[in-house]
Amino acid sequence: MTTISVPVGGVRKKSLLWDYLTTVDHKKIAHLYFWTGLVYFLIGGLEALLIRTQLAVPLNHVLDGKAYNEVLAMHGTTMIFFVAMPLLFALMNAVVPLQIGARDLAFPFVNALSYWLYFFGALLTHVSFLTGDVPQGGWTGYFPLAHPDYTGYGMSYYAMGLQLSGLGTLLTGINFVATIVNHRAPGMTYMRMPLFTWTTLIASILTMFAFPPLTAGLFLMIYDQLFGGAAFDPAKGGNPIIWQHLFWIFGHPEVYIVALPAFGIFSEVIPVFSRKRLFGYPAMVVATALIAFFGFMVWVHHMFTVGLGPLANGVFGVATTIIAVPTGIKIFNWIFTMWGGKVRMTSAMLWSVGFIITFVMGGVTGVMMALPPADYQYHDTYFIVAHFHYVLIGGTVFSVFAGAYYWWPKMFGKLLNETLGKIHFWLFFIGFHLTFFIQHFLGLWGMQRRIFTYLPGQGFELPNLVSTIGAYTMALGVIVFAINIVYTFVKGKPAPADPWDGRTLEWATPTPVPEYNFARLPLIRGLDPFWLEKQAGNKTVPPAEPYADIHMPNPSILPFMMSLSLFIAGLGFIFKDQYHPSFLYLALFGVAATLLVMFLRSVIDDEGRHVPRELVEQEDAKGVSA
Amino acid sequence: MSLTAEPGRLGAAAPAARAGAVEKTEAPPIELATQEGRNKLIGMWLFIAAESVLFASFFAVYLALRHSTMGGPTGKELFDLKLVFLATALLLSSSFTSVMAVLNMRRLQAGAMKAWLLATWLLGASFLALEAYEFNHYVHMGHTFTSSAFGTAFYSLVGFHGAHVTFGLLWLFALLVRNLRREVTPYIAPKVYAFSLYWHFVDLVWVFIFSVVYLMGKVA
Repeated sequence: MTTISVPVGGVRKKSLLWDYLTTVDHKKIAHLYFWTGLVYFLIGGLEALLIRTQLAVPLNHVLDGKAYNEVLAMHGTTMIFFVAMPLLFALMNAVVPLQIGARDLAFPFVNALSYWLYFFGALLTHVSFLTGDVPQGGWTGYFPLAHPDYTGYGMSYYAMGLQLSGLGTLLTGINFVATIVNHRAPGMTYMRMPLFTWTTLIASILTMFAFPPLTAGLFLMIYDQLFGGAAFDPAKGGNPIIWQHLFWIFGHPEVYIVALPAFGIFSEVIPVFSRKRLFGYPAMVVATALIAFFGFMVWVHHMFTVGLGPLANGVFGVATTIIAVPTGIKIFNWIFTMWGGKVRMTSAMLWSVGFIITFVMGGVTGVMMALPPADYQYHDTYFIVAHFHYVLIGGTVFSVFAGAYYWWPKMFGKLLNETLGKIHFWLFFIGFHLTFFIQHFLGLWGMQRRIFTYLPGQGFELPNLVSTIGAYTMALGVIVFAINIVYTFVKGKPAPADPWDGRTLEWATPTPVPEYNFARLPLIRGLDPFWLEKQAGNKTVPPAEPYADIHMPNPSILPFMMSLSLFIAGLGFIFKDQYHPSFLYLALFGVAATLLVMFLRSVIDDEGRHVPRELVEQEDAKGVSA
Repeated sequence: MSLTAEPGRLGAAAPAARAGAVEKTEAPPIELATQEGRNKLIGMWLFIAAESVLFASFFAVYLALRHSTMGGPTGKELFDLKLVFLATALLLSSSFTSVMAVLNMRRLQAGAMKAWLLATWLLGASFLALEAYEFNHYVHMGHTFTSSAFGTAFYSLVGFHGAHVTFGLLWLFALLVRNLRREVTPYIAPKVYAFSLYWHFVDLVWVFIFSVVYLMGKVA
């Protein structure tokens, strides 16, 4: 094998842009996911503000019906696919390899490819704003509304964009499973893995099995929209219900794909700030697996009013209520972890406690809707809107904020400001409940979801105004977060390697983390390994190997090129119907370019490079003394 | 395996699942000799698991829509089992040749490996040619992608499989071009093995297509 030694961070300075375009380092890809996700969070948040502004008073004219539908569809699509998952992927990328004592993911190249597919998928969906045909069919894309005959080519941008980013997500899922199975440090048995790693593993398995049905559905959607297909067209014998099934076979596990890692984050934060080990660790692991398992057997609860019959509705209703059991186990375990602990109410901990309260409320309404006869009353009302914002914001968004405050020092080398963090929390938390609590009642009083305005005199005025005020309060909270980020980068002091008195392995690495993460792979001697070593009087986790040359993958521009080619292909396929048939050539060019890049990747040898042992030892000595 | 370490105490070092595998007296096969190789193959298995769900979705759609012919020709009228049987025989033989390639790879016989891979390629290409002929024939009989939901579901499922065969052939082509003048190494071996896994999977899907689409279509 050839050994090419390249000095790290030395002679050849690369520009920051080129560095990030070609990086395959999980820590830098985490940064990319984080900032991109945050930008889309702001875009999706602005869309939410537009929605709430339009609904603040009856018969409002901020948006017309079409514009409202566009903003609504893009809000949902953006928040789920381009915000929730990427932000969680950011934290997974930043933390999981460090937690299991790995030098990178199993497939660093594929990891970069996943990110760029997401980047271009989200971009493709948003190109629709430039062409005027914006998705209007909701994030669920039901037929026949998603057909160009009814809503133009907007939903084709949705389908194409999600197909690209969905491929990236699938590859991320495979990557994390392979990493967690193959790259654990010596002694890191499955039952010694931190909960965030566990939930990442199980959410990744969910991703592997939940995304393919969406892929199949999106293919059929694209065929129907752009290639004269008829799978969902009743006039040609098709059946639009098939789309609903495929979408929700994906869509319900998707809820757990974004919820389980959130549970994992809280399971990291709560023990650290309670100075106790996680209560009921094996129960937490089993509960996670059970939620994932049942998550595949409940999709029809999104379709109770379709008319699949009492047997189907009954079976899926029972299956849905069962999920409350493992979720309840988790809630109690978090509470028992805090019980009797030495609780420190840091920003990260505030988000975690706020999550427990909020998520329980979302869970209770979930069980209410799991009962088919009751669901007929709630269906398509603001009750549903309130419910899923309670679980998705209360679960996923809170967890991302908790994770951001908790892991910021490890990701960016500085500590976020705690005072601003607390202001951020309280504004967002109060604003959130102000926005969505009242919506439960709006729904019960009969206000439908997905309507762009309403008539006065139905008792909807005041609750809607309250809800809108709440939304602006949340926005204030996000602005404080943005100020906090800027403040931290400008004025923040460098963070110590272990600012929270952490328990898991990522806090045993120096900050900033070297590109190979561990100079010598650590030897794991129990659950919460870093805490155990500190308790035993050791400074750090003992090494499992002597110093040696470290094999690292080479950076590559190919993931970017491959995703760009697919982006061009996707645009071409839409443009050929939207503008001119000759855009088909652009699409074929994109496909050919993709295959060419794959061919290049296959035939060009890339055996990686080695960081020489001397340099590793030198840097390690620096890291310890710092 | 004990479920968890006792709280607050250091457990024994490493039951070592990973370390143990390397220390076995019997050497692992060449495709599993490196960490990269082990990663590639577990990645391939996971990818196949995901692809199974993808094909399952297309099968489900096909089963739901196969009678929606809208007055066009039905499967019973269209399908010619003799042709399909020939295609099946070609594809299944290509699975056999890819196994021979892997066996020769493990014996470090680069020449024989490439010869068997070439045979695999030729068999796959003949299968694809037959499928193209078959589709062309159907289109002339009025069974097209846009004619009915049956048409869309049929070409989505069978065509998606055909696309997988096509991609496999391109992949194998790249593999052969790259390794034309090379010996078997631990760097190359996982690539060949991963291809052969993929190829077996594509063949297995065809077995289901043969049963569910063609045989069931003939009796329905």
